[in-house]
Amino acid sequence: MGLLAVITAGELLAGITVFVLAVFVGFEIITKIPPTLHTPLMSGSNAISGITLVGALLSAGADHGFLATTLGTAAVIMATVNAVGGFLVTNRMLEMFRKKK
Amino acid sequence: MDTKDIIISLAYLVSAILFILCLKGLTKPRTAVRGNLFGALGMFVAVVVTLFNNNILGYGEIIFGLAVGAGIGAFLAVKIEMTAMPQMVALFNGFGGLASVLVAGAELLVLSGTVQEAFAKNPKIATAPEGTTAMLIAGLLAGLIGAVTFSGSLIAFAKLQEIKAFKKPFDYPMKQAINGALALIVFGLFVLAVSSPGSFWPYMLLTIVALVLGVTLVNPIGGADMPVVIALLNSYSGLAAAATGFVLNNSVLIIAGSLVGASGIILTQIMCKAMNRSLTHVLFGVMEAGESSMTDDEVYAGKVKSTSGDEVAMLFDSAQRVVIVPGYGLAVAQAQHAVRDLTNVLESMDIEVEFAIHPVAGRMPGHMNVLLAEAEIPYEQLKEMDVINPSFAQTDVTLVIGANDVVNPVARTDPNSPIAGMPILDVDKSRTVVVIKRSLSPGFAGIPNPLFAADNCLMFFGDGKKALLDLIAALKESM
Repeated sequence: MGLLAVITAGELLAGITVFVLAVFVGFEIITKIPPTLHTPLMSGSNAISGITLVGALLSAGADHGFLATTLGTAAVIMATVNAVGGFLVTNRMLEMFRKKK
Repeated sequence: MDTKDIIISLAYLVSAILFILCLKGLTKPRTAVRGNLFGALGMFVAVVVTLFNNNILGYGEIIFGLAVGAGIGAFLAVKIEMTAMPQMVALFNGFGGLASVLVAGAELLVLSGTVQEAFAKNPKIATAPEGTTAMLIAGLLAGLIGAVTFSGSLIAFAKLQEIKAFKKPFDYPMKQAINGALALIVFGLFVLAVSSPGSFWPYMLLTIVALVLGVTLVNPIGGADMPVVIALLNSYSGLAAAATGFVLNNSVLIIAGSLVGASGIILTQIMCKAMNRSLTHVLFGVMEAGESSMTDDEVYAGKVKSTSGDEVAMLFDSAQRVVIVPGYGLAVAQAQHAVRDLTNVLESMDIEVEFAIHPVAGRMPGHMNVLLAEAEIPYEQLKEMDVINPSFAQTDVTLVIGANDVVNPVARTDPNSPIAGMPILDVDKSRTVVVIKRSLSPGFAGIPNPLFAADNCLMFFGDGKKALLDLIAALKESM
């Protein structure tokens, strides 16, 4: 078994701080959205939630035994579908909005 | 922390900033494309620097996973029909949720192993290493939210794809009691998992219970509430990612996840407001109390006037201004291109044409805008409800295609109706209203629509696309 990083109290507090501030930033930047952009905003932010990919890469590559690696690799596939598909489909929609001017 | 770790952390900060710029960009039409590219760039940066992490020992599985995932994602994104966009978003969302479940699972599996080892080495210590509890709780939360997101999104997908078995909610007794019991079990498993950090099975059990919970939560939610559900599940997938970030103590996961969580909540609120329904009512699948004071017969008997393509074409001949109101029926009939053709014909007759977009028309936020954009209708022609409502009085003909509850005047007049107070499009104020609809069947709210029986309303019964084609043919004949 490889060494596992365990969270210290300080790291946990820093994490919670970052979490709360980021939620506020999220609320602040998205105040008024024209209805035309409801779908792209949704699918774009959906693609961002594919960020779990970073965690998936760490799980898949850490060599923590067969089961953990398998779970990690499956997570890499799922998260990549989410991220790649999400950004591409958003771009496709936005190009449609843009092409006639 | 060595130099490499510092560089990785700084790169994560860069990608977090790119994600913020992405969301900010996506809120304005002019910057939306750029915003989306920022998001993709942020993801790329985060993934590339993660590959340099010292804990990553093997690359075989990673390259395999990335290639397969990118292939599937790109294929789906390029091939999908625009009418199928709501279910596509639901599906991608579900995958994101499942990824969080798997990552948290892998990490908790390792954690339980480490704890067991520590106990084996020194059986006398009674407590697990510091931080274990925090990691466990974060991991359990990621598993819970992720699994609810996954199964909930799959049910939403099945409903939106109109798979037969899912068209009507499964009916079983004591829905709320069962949900309550499931929630209690979830709580119990949290307590169990935290008190025995060396075991992995509470996590597995929790995931299974959460999968069931996702199904029971989304199952009763009907078609018209779908925009709310999709926005909410989107928010959940972000929160699951943020929880995973706590397990891994990874800042970019926490930031990106909470940004998505916040933006999803805002969209959910916008959708709820547009339907004049509270989030709890949507989630627990109840329509607002109150019943229609009139039956179908009282509203419709002898008053509904049916019309034909030729008759509507004659109406258009003398019209100067036409407003088209698209609804979900337009998407079902795939009639967006036919609408564009009709618009072109009308404009060639020097008629001013505008589209009135209700915020919850369709099955996802902004659904109508996407469909009409696909048919190359300029978005300047699409007007929001508040903008277009005052102009109905100066409109000669309003053409309603496959919409019902969002044009039901009862929302204004009857305080006891289930949709009382819901903002609607005031189509009844225009000189003539033509409604293209298959039948007089009620919309999601399940109440009759007095608009259909109004003096200035004509019903054009039929499939949306076929009716539009008839109408275009009739117009071309008379030109």
